[in-house]
Amino acid sequence: MPEIPESLLRRSAEAKAKALGIPVEQVLAEMRGEVPPQEETASEETADGGRQTAAEPEQEQPADAEQVEPAAEVEQEEPAAEVEQVEPAAEVEQVEPAAEPEQEEPAAEVEQPEPVAEPEQAAPAAGGIQPAAGGDGSESSTPPPGGDGAGARDGGAGDEEPVPVAAAGAGRVAAAVATRPVAAPTGVPEGVRTQRLLTVVKAKAIQQVKTEPTDKVNTWPHLMIAEFASLLAMTGFVVVLSVILQAPLLEAANFNETPNPSKAPWYFLGLQELLSYFDPQVAGVLVPTFGLIGLMAIPYFDRNPSTKPSDRKFAILMFTFFLAGASTLTILGVLFRGQGFNFSYPWSDGIFFDDLKDWISFE
Amino acid sequence: MTNGNGNGNGGLRLRERMGEAGDKLRTSSLWESVFRPGSPFKGGYTDTPRNRSYVIMNNVLYHLHPVKVKRHGVRLSYTLCLGGLSFFLFILLTITGIFLMFYYTPTAIQAYPDAQALSTSVAFGSLVRNMHRWGAHLMVLTVFLHMSRVFYHGAYKPPREFNWIVGVVLLLLTLLLSFTGYLLPWDQLALWAVTVGTNMAGFVPVFGAQVKFALLGGAEVTANTLLRWYVLHVLFLPFIIVIFMAVHFWRVRKDGGISGPL
Repeated sequence: MPEIPESLLRRSAEAKAKALGIPVEQVLAEMRGEVPPQEETASEETADGGRQTAAEPEQEQPADAEQVEPAAEVEQEEPAAEVEQVEPAAEVEQVEPAAEPEQEEPAAEVEQPEPVAEPEQAAPAAGGIQPAAGGDGSESSTPPPGGDGAGARDGGAGDEEPVPVAAAGAGRVAAAVATRPVAAPTGVPEGVRTQRLLTVVKAKAIQQVKTEPTDKVNTWPHLMIAEFASLLAMTGFVVVLSVILQAPLLEAANFNETPNPSKAPWYFLGLQELLSYFDPQVAGVLVPTFGLIGLMAIPYFDRNPSTKPSDRKFAILMFTFFLAGASTLTILGVLFRGQGFNFSYPWSDGIFFDDLKDWISFE
Repeated sequence: MTNGNGNGNGGLRLRERMGEAGDKLRTSSLWESVFRPGSPFKGGYTDTPRNRSYVIMNNVLYHLHPVKVKRHGVRLSYTLCLGGLSFFLFILLTITGIFLMFYYTPTAIQAYPDAQALSTSVAFGSLVRNMHRWGAHLMVLTVFLHMSRVFYHGAYKPPREFNWIVGVVLLLLTLLLSFTGYLLPWDQLALWAVTVGTNMAGFVPVFGAQVKFALLGGAEVTANTLLRWYVLHVLFLPFIIVIFMAVHFWRVRKDGGISGPL
């Protein structure tokens, strides 16, 4: 037990004395362990372990005698509202009721009457406030944080993550509770944590409450499994494709021998196809440039806010037209252009596209 | 288990000893410091709603995702996972590409023999080269299909307009990556496809000749072009595309996750 400065001790003793209406000196003596403690009066309890207003006036323990304080209590019952953490996407059901009412205390041992609601997660707010706790006058025998593992926060909870905590509906009150590891003094059962109400914060003051919850599911496992499955499927597809189809490798590059026809990669063959209809300035420069700029500008032209297909028939029509045109040109360029880039039928004249040559055969 | 051969206890004792060593390792401070809570190496998570969040939050890769997603977005029929597959193909191409780089020299003399050797004498060389080539074609396809999907869902509408622009840039970069890679085998197909493709650059008004010269490192496709496109293909364009991808993914999150429902 660390030494408590005299001034602090005095302050808390005064506060307690005032609350209980007894002389300060008596309280001080109690706190120093010179006089047996008086019966605790401050702690109220409700039996159901549910909603319990954490009215906790200063409450003193003589050092070593008992370490028990009425549990502060986070409201559990309400449907959890959402605390905006990182993004606008607020989470429903993120916060499950964290109440672990540890009801049963061996009554003979100590007076530990209250159900201890145990907010598993110290709210970020609580974490911030914690250092100031000593200032409220009721601090007496709690060792410094991290003093001991007796009630140490369970590692599995990943304690430093700012988890959306606090379940409090609009206008309700979130109680910030600090959970401290407390060295269990004699008489307090192992593993019992004591809690103290640090502050009561109006919900609206610190939370942006999302009024319209959206229907969401956990990324793990619902999305991750679908992603993983499609990833595996794609890997399998690429491997199988690579085993059965050899990538083309023709003769070494020769500047003096132009193959007939010479074709660009397939994604440019639509443009090459256009070249046989239009001036190179148009097909090679204007169309791709305006195509790209036009694509980028779509969101700024299309100011129709609706995403319903029935509301945007024109947009869909235009884009489908663009897609159909691009794929028609590409297919023409890939399959229907032969010697001298003249029109030819793949089934009678053969395929003039090396990446595809081994895939399709009309023999 | 196998006490019959008179030697059965040996295995058991060994297993016990291994178990002890394992326990010691798992409680060591090194192990504690390396793995985060919930790691499979620390016993994993129990399946609770909160731990489902931690699975995402505590993993540097999964953390690309939000903890929760809109229910309709999880259906495969909504996105067909096309964006994810494009990204995955990019990773696959990076891995196979690094493998190919070990065996490839970007010079006019060595490039073609190296490409040949990859197909004939390097272990798994043929498979990896094929995966790189077909994967590249597939990536162009998935990126294009992803764009179409986004259009049909109206997912470019506010607040996602800018991310659509980033997406179009990504499409262009994908095409450029694929096109620069096309030249590298330095065979007839590569040489003349690139010649045809870059001839168009010469028609750019006013600066046509200059653009073509900068692109090819000369008046026509030469050994300079090979080196230039190699550097573009393995370093410059991947560098740029990763930056744009980062912005793209980040904006998906910032703009409110997946669009819809319709």
